[in-house]
Amino acid sequence: MTISMERNIVDSEKIAQLQEKARQLRVDIVKTLHKSQSGHTGGSLSAIDMVTALYFQVMKHNPADPAWPGRDRFVLCKGHAAPALYVALAEAGYFPKEDLMTLRRLGSHLQGHPDSKQTPGVEVCTGSLGQGLSMANGMALGLRLDGSSSRVYALLGDGELQEGQVWEAAMAAGHYKLDNLCALVDVNRLQIDGEVAKVMAVEPVTDKFRAFGWNVIDIDGHDMGAIVTALGQAAEAKGKPTVIVARTVKGKGVSFFENKASYHGVAPSDEELPKALECLGEQCYL
Amino acid sequence: MSTMIATRDAYGQTLAELGEENSSIVVLDADLSGSTKTSTFAKKFPERFFNMGIAEANMVGTAAGLAAAGKIPFVSTFAIFAVGRAWEQVRQSAAYPKANVKIVATHGGITVGEDGGSHQSVEDIAIMRAVPNMTVIVPADGPETAKAIRAAAAYKGPVYVRLGRNKVPTVTAADAPFEIGKGVQLADGTDLTFVTTGLMTAQALAAAETLKGEGISARVVHLATVKPLDGDILLKAARETGAIVTAEEHSIVGGLGGAVAEFLAENSPVPLKRVGINDRFGTSGKAEELLKYFGLMPIDLVEAARGVVARKGK
Repeated sequence: MTISMERNIVDSEKIAQLQEKARQLRVDIVKTLHKSQSGHTGGSLSAIDMVTALYFQVMKHNPADPAWPGRDRFVLCKGHAAPALYVALAEAGYFPKEDLMTLRRLGSHLQGHPDSKQTPGVEVCTGSLGQGLSMANGMALGLRLDGSSSRVYALLGDGELQEGQVWEAAMAAGHYKLDNLCALVDVNRLQIDGEVAKVMAVEPVTDKFRAFGWNVIDIDGHDMGAIVTALGQAAEAKGKPTVIVARTVKGKGVSFFENKASYHGVAPSDEELPKALECLGEQCYL
Repeated sequence: MSTMIATRDAYGQTLAELGEENSSIVVLDADLSGSTKTSTFAKKFPERFFNMGIAEANMVGTAAGLAAAGKIPFVSTFAIFAVGRAWEQVRQSAAYPKANVKIVATHGGITVGEDGGSHQSVEDIAIMRAVPNMTVIVPADGPETAKAIRAAAAYKGPVYVRLGRNKVPTVTAADAPFEIGKGVQLADGTDLTFVTTGLMTAQALAAAETLKGEGISARVVHLATVKPLDGDILLKAARETGAIVTAEEHSIVGGLGGAVAEFLAENSPVPLKRVGINDRFGTSGKAEELLKYFGLMPIDLVEAARGVVARKGK
């Protein structure tokens, strides 16, 4: 089949299905984090629409064979959003959904940050911010050497762009014309200490990537149709890497989490859980 | 007079040979390929050589990504940058996932010379030794470097190889096998053992000759692999000679001396003296001058040997 046509051009019914999938995954994120009572809620909810589009529409991958050579690669550079990755991997069938309830516990294969040694489907260890795009570059270079048609996707946070290594990697990806690489930046405008703009301004993000030789697409990171379309355009762009600058809302989907830096690294409490699930259109049976 | 070869030259040559034999080998450098000798590989295999510019952190991360894609990346720059500038990338992107990344750092130690203390890494062995999953190798000479590089390529997992800038005498036997984690005895003796790594092995062999004239019989055990440490050869040396002098072109804190001291204190305590850079930074000067200035000459080892022998049985 022609990947680019079938995977990236989708009808409204398919978009509705992906939106529903993202809603379910938000529910899973909230339940998982409530159970662990530790982890990052805000940035997981802001990124999940992109993760959903990648794992359930765009990427070639095989949950029954995580090391399938023909797979596309995903690197969660903003590794603290691990719950977003884990719920997607579980939903896709890499491991049982019950495992999600062991997140961050001693003996669990679901570490606080993505760990390729322990979790099926996790490609590289991430979480120390700023290092993921370099690894994605390395994978893209390696795949290109092998003549592979597989693509590499890297999801970064906007606060993460404060790390200098990101720009070393952006420079290198532009220099080596890595058109099999697509970076997505989850611009939710908040980091632990507050607004990104106040802690250390990173805008204009689009201009910076453009200056390093990237193809730049600026979208609403919660618009599923826009996400899938942008990923399709990225696959078509030749001779340069693509960055999708996605404008998002931290804590998206749970009204009282939204746009609050205080929910960066805080899990939902017992009192918050039913309200959060209600926001997500889910009944709570606790 | 033994042959003089710089370990970095042996590295460049071996890398180019390996490139021929194994198409999975890729090489990254940070604008120092002429100095690290990766340029030899670059000329032969331009499509498998990536100059990453003056950006060591990204270079190490990119190598980890290449390893994740099934390649065997060799990453090279000066020791001070590979270990200093990119330490956390080495830890998080390479060692933590047990990525198949080979970090071959040249210009280790004070014999870098004139560039001065800023460019003389005297802590890298200690730092790399402290990282879980990391193997640390410091070859004594050119031929051993060639074998070590081949062993590193064949080994699955992260490896740090520390090389020097200048030519050093060949002290290992041409037909000596090289095995990661195994030390070699280069001279037998009964009164003490020099446990050495890198270019200090040649200094210890010279010191052992001098000591022979004084009626002191010194064994020389060369540990090319500082981690994992060869406990068997150390225990044997401690039991049979009863005194140890370690020697390295590195700080006495945390390197070979630290590793040997830790091991023997727990397993077979004997009088021990660590010879190395005495918790100081380097300084500008000629390599030979610096070895004298920092007390790394055979005569310094002779003195240390007399000291540990005198402490025996007390």
